Parts: sequence; structure tokens; C-alpha cells
Amino acid sequence: MRQITPIFKREFLGYFRSPVAYVFLIAFLVISVSLAFSRYGGFFRAGVAGLESYFTFYPWLFMFIVPAVGMRLWSEEKRSGTVELLFTLPVTTLEAVLGKFLAGWAFLALAVLLSFPMALTVGYLGDPDWGVIATTYLGAVLMAGAYLGVCALTSALTKNQVISFVLSLGVCAILLFLGFSSFTDTLEGALPMVVADALSNFSFITHFDAFTKGIIDPKDVIFFLSLMGFTLFLNVVALER
Amino acid sequence: MIEVKGLVKTYGAKRAVDGVTFTVKRGDILGFLGPNGAGKSTTMKMITGFLRPDAGTATVDGVDVTADPVRVKQKLGYLPESAPAYPEMTVEEFLGFIAEVRGFRGAAKAAQVDRAVQLTHLAPVRKQTIETLSKGFKQRVGFAQALLHDPAALILDEPTDGLDPNQKNEVRSLIKNMSAEKAVILSTHILEEVDAICNRVIIISRGKVVADETPEQLRARKPGARLDEIFRSLTHGDI
Repeated sequence: MRQITPIFKREFLGYFRSPVAYVFLIAFLVISVSLAFSRYGGFFRAGVAGLESYFTFYPWLFMFIVPAVGMRLWSEEKRSGTVELLFTLPVTTLEAVLGKFLAGWAFLALAVLLSFPMALTVGYLGDPDWGVIATTYLGAVLMAGAYLGVCALTSALTKNQVISFVLSLGVCAILLFLGFSSFTDTLEGALPMVVADALSNFSFITHFDAFTKGIIDPKDVIFFLSLMGFTLFLNVVALER
Repeated sequence: MIEVKGLVKTYGAKRAVDGVTFTVKRGDILGFLGPNGAGKSTTMKMITGFLRPDAGTATVDGVDVTADPVRVKQKLGYLPESAPAYPEMTVEEFLGFIAEVRGFRGAAKAAQVDRAVQLTHLAPVRKQTIETLSKGFKQRVGFAQALLHDPAALILDEPTDGLDPNQKNEVRSLIKNMSAEKAVILSTHILEEVDAICNRVIIISRGKVVADETPEQLRARKPGARLDEIFRSLTHGDI
């Protein structure tokens, strides 16, 4: 397992060796903050010292932004042939999968944490509940990991980054919409209540919501962690095939 | 050092490698010849553990590659075809990464990188990113990567492909200089290369070994004929 470190390091620093990291971080922060300030977010109008109007867009934003980070994880290696180099070095597939995934996750966590001026702003303007803000950040990072698991998997399926992006966008969209209210209403109309409920249990929104209210429910934590575990397992299978 | 027994790999209906068997001893430079698509690269990829064989075994220094791929990978140095590397890294960063994955840390890592840079004459481009390098330098980076841990067995897939005559010469002398205590397999379709450095030749055609001998024995098959004529008569079924 000690080979994870060099792989993690190379992958994480790799984001910063090209303009990708800077373009991504700036785009992410600009879009997320302007959504909060827009009339849909109503950051100031709400008159609440909290970050709910900022984080409410995260599940939607992640749908586009995480595939952009995840699509290159394996597709790029396959296209450029470095996958042959990587897998003739003394590493196991699991080490490589974990190293690369953790690097992508750390990068996403960095992007999320760089929104800290928003937290400072509400702290300056009012008296926010710091506990709620902390759980929201924890939820956002966990959700980012679950999204990334899906994207890493689709990336391992193809050497074409565009296909990888579209595939992961599609899967993430499904996992998102399952919990979107107007969509679940339709589901409840068409399917028995039990089935509709079970389906909406697979949604990112359902599980992220509690975090934004300051609740760390083990059920939600386990959902995100098991989704990561499951996709990473499939990732190993897809690469060893 | 390297023992290959009855390797088979099938893609769909096509048998890319069909029962290839040979051994390479320490001190040998084995020239692996054959037309394009004859199964050279596939055989090498199976020995390095990148592809899983459908049948047969490959062992390196007594370790079976399907049983313990990681240990075989520790013993091998491998230069894949067209020397893939991470283009956004500098030569030094890239070799540092390889050294770390191979278990060298701190001063040992720096020493291994320095040694590889020196052996392959990469000092002038050490701080340059790999994407800015010429083909010859890129190939040398691939070499440096394969040599970094001073492996007992080297597998080189078309190491001189696309190089100019001077670079070819340099790569050949590099291989020759370090071959004394190593087992080397190099694939090529340049016949002169065999004469220049190899002490054994294997010709493979349609996935099968059709000749396994010394360059002299190969010449003796048709006295007076050029090597490419002998090569053509051995592989004529393979188009």
C-alpha cells in the first residue's frame, strides 16, 4: 500500500502542472458564488447568516464540474499509452485506483474549501451557526467523493475523454434527479410508494440535505462512502478486465 | 533469467501469439524479429505482466508473472513501444516519480535518478518538460525509466524506432554496454540491428516462433544471401 503515495502525489500535482487546476478552481468558485448571489440563490435577500443559499447549488454544480475532473483520470492514461507504463511498474491495480481517486478527491476538497471567504463573509455580517457550516462542508466533500467515484469508473471504461465526460454526466444526472422533488413526485405517481421511496434513497440531494441542516446522519455518511467503495471496486474490475 | 513457455493470446478469432517458447540467459541480447502484427509486442506485454496470457507461463528470475506480477515488475525494466511518459512533467520529476514507485526515497531516490540521467545523457534536458523534447530525447527518457532500478532483465519494444542514425548508434552502444550482467530482449524490424548488437535471434511469424538461433546460424541458412531475404523466406506467410 505504500505505492499509493507516489501515485497520489503525481496525480495531484499533475492538476497544477497544467492550466487545468487554475481554470477549474477559478471557474468553480466564480460560478458557485455568483449562483449564490443571483436571484435564485438570494444570499443577501434571505437575511440569514448561513451558507445554505450557497451550498444549495452544489449537487447541481457537481454534476458538471466533477466529471470535468474525473474524465481524465483513466481516459488520459489510456489514450497516451502511459497506462502501460503505470501497470508495468510494481503497483497493484487497487493501489493505482486508490492513489488516483484520492488525488482527484483531494483536489475537489481543495476547491470546496477555497470557498472559505463565503464563510468569513457570513461570520462578518452576522452570527452564523459554525457547527452547521462545518457539517455542510463535510457533506460537500463526501458528496464530491461519491460523484468522483462514478466519474473515475466511467473514465476507466473508455480512452475517449468526451465519451467519459458524457457518460459520467449521464450517470450523475440520474443519481441527482432521483431526489429532485418534482421528479420524485412524478415517480410516486407512476410507481408504488415503496419503490419511489427506495429510488429517491439513491439520490445525492436526499443525502446531502441533512448535512446542510447541521445533521450528520450515519445513514448519509454510509451512503456516500459505500457509493465510493462500490464504484472503486468496479473501477478495479474494469481495469483488470 | 527469462523463461517463456507456450504463451498464447487470442483476440477474438485471431491467435495473436500461438505457443511461443524461449529462454533468455544473463548476458544475452535477444533480437525479437517479425513482421508488424506478428505478435512481438503482445508477447512482451505478457512477459511484463501488462496482458494476461490465455495459456502458458512466463517466469523472470524464477517468479511466475501470473502468480506474482508485482515481484516480476520489480525485477524487470520495460520500455513500451513509443516510450510513453507523462508529458506535463519535467524529466527530473518523471524519473523521480518512477524512483518513488520503485521504492526509492530521499537520497537513494536522488542517486538513482542521477545515475539514470547520466547513463542516458539526459543532463541537458533535466529540467525540461517531456512534451517539449525531441523524439530522440523522449526515447532516452523511456530508457532512463527502464534502467532506473538497475534491473536484471530488460525488455525493450522497438527501442530505436523513429530515431536518426546517430541516435540509433548511441542507443545500441548503450544496450551493448550494460548487457554483460543483464538479460535483454529487444524487438525490432530493422535487420541490421541484429547484426550490430544481438547474440541471439528469434523470428516470429503469425504468432509462432519460426527461428531461434545465433545471427551466424541465421546467415548460414542461405550462404551469401542478405538477411532480409532470409527473413522474407521465413515469414512469407505473414502479410
